[in-house]
This record gives sequence, structure tokens and C-alpha cells, in this order.
Amino acid sequence: MKEKTKVSDIDRNIYDIRDEEKDAYRIDEGLTKDIVEKLSKEKNDPDWMKEFRLKSLDIYNDLQVPEWGPSIEGLNMDEIVTYVRPNTKMSAKWSEVPDDIKNTFDRLGIPEAERTSLAGVGAQYDSELVYHNVRKEVEEQGVIYTDMESALTGPYADMVKEHFMKLVPPTDHKFAALHGAVWSGGSFVYVPPGVSVEIPLQSYFRLNAPGAGQFEHTLIIVDEGADLHFIEGCSAPKYNVANLHAGCVELFVGKNAKLRYSTIENWSKNMYNLNTKRARVEEGGRIEWVSGSFGSHVSYLYPMSVLNGRGARAEFTGVTFAGNDQNLDTGTKVIHNAENTSSFVNTRSISKDGGVSTFRSAVVITEKAKNSKCAVSCESLMVDNISRSDTIPAMDIRTRYADVGHEAKIGKISDDAVFYLMSRGLSEEEAKALIVSGFADNVSKELPVEYAVEMNNLIRLEMKGSIG
Amino acid sequence: MADSLLKVEDLSVSVEDKEILSSISLEVNAGETHVIMGPNGAGKSTLGLAIMGNPKYTVTKGKISLEGEDITEEPANERAKKGLFLSFQAPVEVPGITLSEFLRNALEQRGGKRIKFWDFKQETEGNMGVLGMDEKYLQRDLNVGFSGGEKKKAEVLQLLMLKPKLAILDETDSGLDVDAVKTVSKGISEYMDKCGGSLLIITHNTRILESLNVDKTHVIVKGKMVEEGDGSLVKKILDSGFAKYE
Repeated sequence: MKEKTKVSDIDRNIYDIRDEEKDAYRIDEGLTKDIVEKLSKEKNDPDWMKEFRLKSLDIYNDLQVPEWGPSIEGLNMDEIVTYVRPNTKMSAKWSEVPDDIKNTFDRLGIPEAERTSLAGVGAQYDSELVYHNVRKEVEEQGVIYTDMESALTGPYADMVKEHFMKLVPPTDHKFAALHGAVWSGGSFVYVPPGVSVEIPLQSYFRLNAPGAGQFEHTLIIVDEGADLHFIEGCSAPKYNVANLHAGCVELFVGKNAKLRYSTIENWSKNMYNLNTKRARVEEGGRIEWVSGSFGSHVSYLYPMSVLNGRGARAEFTGVTFAGNDQNLDTGTKVIHNAENTSSFVNTRSISKDGGVSTFRSAVVITEKAKNSKCAVSCESLMVDNISRSDTIPAMDIRTRYADVGHEAKIGKISDDAVFYLMSRGLSEEEAKALIVSGFADNVSKELPVEYAVEMNNLIRLEMKGSIG
Repeated sequence: MADSLLKVEDLSVSVEDKEILSSISLEVNAGETHVIMGPNGAGKSTLGLAIMGNPKYTVTKGKISLEGEDITEEPANERAKKGLFLSFQAPVEVPGITLSEFLRNALEQRGGKRIKFWDFKQETEGNMGVLGMDEKYLQRDLNVGFSGGEKKKAEVLQLLMLKPKLAILDETDSGLDVDAVKTVSKGISEYMDKCGGSLLIITHNTRILESLNVDKTHVIVKGKMVEEGDGSLVKKILDSGFAKYE
């Protein structure tokens, strides 16, 4: 067992500092054909992409807002700015990034993490990437890690076109359609066959502009026998107007390939996080999701794994922390679509100060997926009497030859445990924070040490109740 | 006259409006060892928990002071910082926090400063040696899946690390085999010798008392103090039981 890292005090301020807005270009509020065309022109889209955007807009207009989850009434699309270009060009050197933007990423520890523990970094500020760099030795292995815009027109343009929104089509749901229409920024990664990227790549998404949306697209293709760990971080300062995040992540895991996708999400509490993530895994391949959801006002987040080849495997390890004024609806979906596939889901959710945390999962085992195995375990912890926790697991098993297990536990923080820790000198707050961190250790154990520290810091911050 | 450490005066304690203890008084001076005896359900554990400040137990009357300071209203962590310790009869399992992490956290909370890794490691390993505890327990989650004996040893390890002025041992010897009782006793003697501590021992057993010099014995039956005496009272009670008090 790994030694857990110590938690040191941090300040919510590092996430909350708002930069003065100096964006170079800001599209009008709302969503019309005119706006989408302007955006497409501004971004120099290839023709197919322009058409794709317009088609997505039509789909968006046809689809209804989902009615089965938390209310998103506070989100008025006519007031959301879909595109805010920061006043800079993308650079591969931090020294060329404007000071105010660079300082923001400095406070978030990104350049330092890059020096010490990452193979490549992409940093997005509002709608565009402002920094992108990958270590030389990783580049020499043939790994492509670039912003989506460059990928659209670069040497991998055909590959991008072939995969873009194929796993998450705009018809999937209203916000996938929205994404198709107004997406901007994000990363493209291609790992060639047999290449193992030893240290993780990271993209960090920062939304500074109030009332704006962030719609980054992440497309990762891990070819046969290759191996990658990708880390995604997100944050935003708090404003009094609604912000929207409707990103899309598409992951293609080849035969016998392995991808670990880790996220620590800490959006500010005015954010509607309507994000869609999906992975398709071929024969013998493996996807591992590690997901920490801490921020946002409302979240709908269910990373999905499609196990498409014999022996493919998915693991989902997640923790969700819903505090005051947060309604976080999170979970995962797994489709077993081939023989001998397996999936393991292990989630923890915490609710506090009236927060609502819902675990929602769907597992489908098709007729083709004989001898498949699925184990779902979800645990919820309520820190007080005014918070709420729900578990909504769905299973659709269409073969008799499957081994399926489900385990759910919902409980309140134990007074005896709090007293026990207090009797050793820990304050009530410290005792509860320690118990909650311990409860969430399924995720912190899976994260690289720096991120485990960040996650424990976030938990401590939430437990102290200093809600930003 | 020895220095007064813990003073319990006319203490009555209720749980959910049911009175468990009524008008209990006792005083432990620095360096003394006291024993509390009584039949099951007499309220002995309640006394320990109330002195430590478990909020489930409401003090309806009386006063608890430590070194002359009234701590009746203080939260448990403040009592711990002032030098009180309770070894739990049933130590609580806390998943996700390793024993090592917990010990360090508790020490740092008490001392109010960071502890050097090397100092911590040396002291912990030394104390674990006294208790015959395998060091691998440091990396295990606090009390999770520990056997009864290991849980009690982990309590005594905390006692040795935290060095309180007064330790209340709530049946630290119960449910242990002969060898484990010996080991735990060794740990407790170590605490008395090295830390110059004081003890309030709740027990049904004499083995744990063999290596200790008992200054005073208190007998509680049905929530009331029915008899007090010196160390020789322990043997009398073991011979004749509590029937005459009931």
C-alpha cells in the first residue's frame, strides 16, 4: 500500500483570482446560425467542419433538455458567450504567454508540474489553448500531442476527421449537439503502436470570462499495444452569472492498448458542467477512468466505456463531493459488447451543507458478451443531516452467461469515529476532514502523488466550509 | 500532599435522558494509579467517556477539572491537548487513514508543529518494539481488520506516543490472551516509567495490575460509588464479587 501524502493548508483563492478580461475577440451572446458561422470563420475551419457545426446546431435546436436529472433552469443559452479568444497566440514557451495568463497557471502549479512530473502540457484559457508543449523524448517516440485546431489541418487531419464526434455523435443529446456546433480548443493525442508513454500528459482548462462557455474537444487515439496516462484538470473563478462547460472527450483504445484518463475537476460553483466522455476499447485493451468531481453548481457526468473487443476491460474509480448549493449527478456507463469483457466500478460520493450527490450508472451486457464480468460498488457518505445522497444503478443484462455484482452503501459520518479522533487531539473539523479523505481514498490512491495532494486539499477546503 | 491532576466532583451523567451515573466524585493525583471496578453495566465506561468528553454523554450535574482547570464544557480535543487520554474498550475502525498517518496527525495537532519524519519513525519503531507490533501495521488503515489484541496494542502505542498526563484505560486487557496481556502491561509500565504518567484503570482483571502499584480502588455499582479503598480492595472484590452492593 502506498504511503498517503500529507495534507497542507491551501487557500481557495488560488482558484478564485479573476484576471482582468483582455480577450481579443468575444462572440455575441446566445446561439444562432450567424454566430456559429462567425465562429467557424474566426477559427478558419475546414469546410467539412463548418458544415458539421451547422448540422449540429440544427440538431441542438431539435433536441429537448433532459428532464431526468438536476434542474438546469438557471442556464440561459441566450446569455452564454460561446467563444472568447484570449489575447495571445498559442506558444510552446511559458515566457511568451502573457503575464496575467501565465500567472494564473503558475498559481495553479501547472508549469511546475510540467517540470517535475509531466511529459507534455496543454493549457487552455477560455476558448483557446495558450500553451502547448511536449517533451522531446516523447515527441521522438512518435507521440502526437497538439491542440485540436492544429490537428484539424495538420498531417493527422484525416485521422481527426475520421474520429471526430464518431463516438459521441451530436445526436447523442442536446449538449453534445451544442458541443458539435461551438466546440473550440482541446487536445489531440495519438500514440503509435507499441509506444509506452512513461510519464503522463496533461491538459488544463481554465475558464476566466464570466458568462462564457467552454467547449473543448479532447480526442485521444492509443494505437495497438500502446500505453498512455492522460490527466485533465479544470477550474474557474466564481462569478454571479452562469458559466457553462460542455466539453467532449473521445478516447479510442486499440487492441491490447491501455489508457488511463484522470480528471480532477474543480469548476467554480456557478458552473453548469454538462460534459460528455466516452471510450471505445478494442480486443484486449483497457481503459481506466479516475475521476474526482468537486466543483460546479450542477454536473451531469457519466464517462462511458464501450468494450468492443474480446477481453476488453474498463475500470472506473470516482469520487464526487457535493457541498452547499451543488447538485452533482455523476456515475458511469459501460457497454459490454464482446465476449470475456470485464468492468469494475468503484465510486464514493460525499454530500455536505445541503449538497445533493447522485450516483447514476448503467451497465449493458449485450447478447454477444458471453462470459463477461461486471462489478459495481458505490458508497455514499453524508456529513450532516441536511445533505442528500442517491444511488440509481441500472443494469441491462441480455445474456445468461455473465457474472454481475452490485454493492451499494449509504451512510452518515460516524459520531464514534469523530469522537475517537477528537480524543487524540484532532479538532472536530480536522477529524471529519480526515474521515472524508479516508473515505475518498479509492481515488487518491490511484492518482499521481501531486494530484492526490491537490485532491486532499480540495476535500479539506470543502470540509472547512469556506465555500468560494 | 501530591498535586491534584484529575478531579471529578459530584458528577451525574445521562444518555438520552436516562441517568447512568449519579454524584460520582474521585480525585487522581499526579503519578497515582487508580482502579475502577464494578459489574457489567455499572457505568464504568460511561465515566471514562464522560471524562474524555464524548458529546453523547450529557453532564447533568457536577464538574470535571484537570490540574485545577474546569474542563466540563471543553470538547474532547481540548481535553486531549491538556493531557487526557482514553484507551477505548472498542477502538473505532477508520478506513482510508493509515495508523502512521493518524499518529503523526495526532502528534502534530497536539504539539502544534510539524514533526520530522526521522524522529517520528524512530520513536514509533521503538514503541512498536516494546509492544511486539509488526511495523507493517503502520501502513494499515487505522484499526481496520486488526484483531482484538492488535487493536488494544495500537491503543497502547498511541498512549506511548502521545504521552498524556493521565490515561484512562477502559478494559484494555479484556479479551486478550495471556501473552498479549503481558505485552500490554509492559507498554503501560513503560508509560508510567518514561512519562511519569497517572492511570485510571477500568478492569475486571488483576493481571494487568500485577506490575503496577495501585494507590486507590473505586467500586461503582448501578451508577453510584459504593466503596473506595486502597489497592487491597481489588483482591477483596475479586474474592467476594459485587453481590453485597446490589
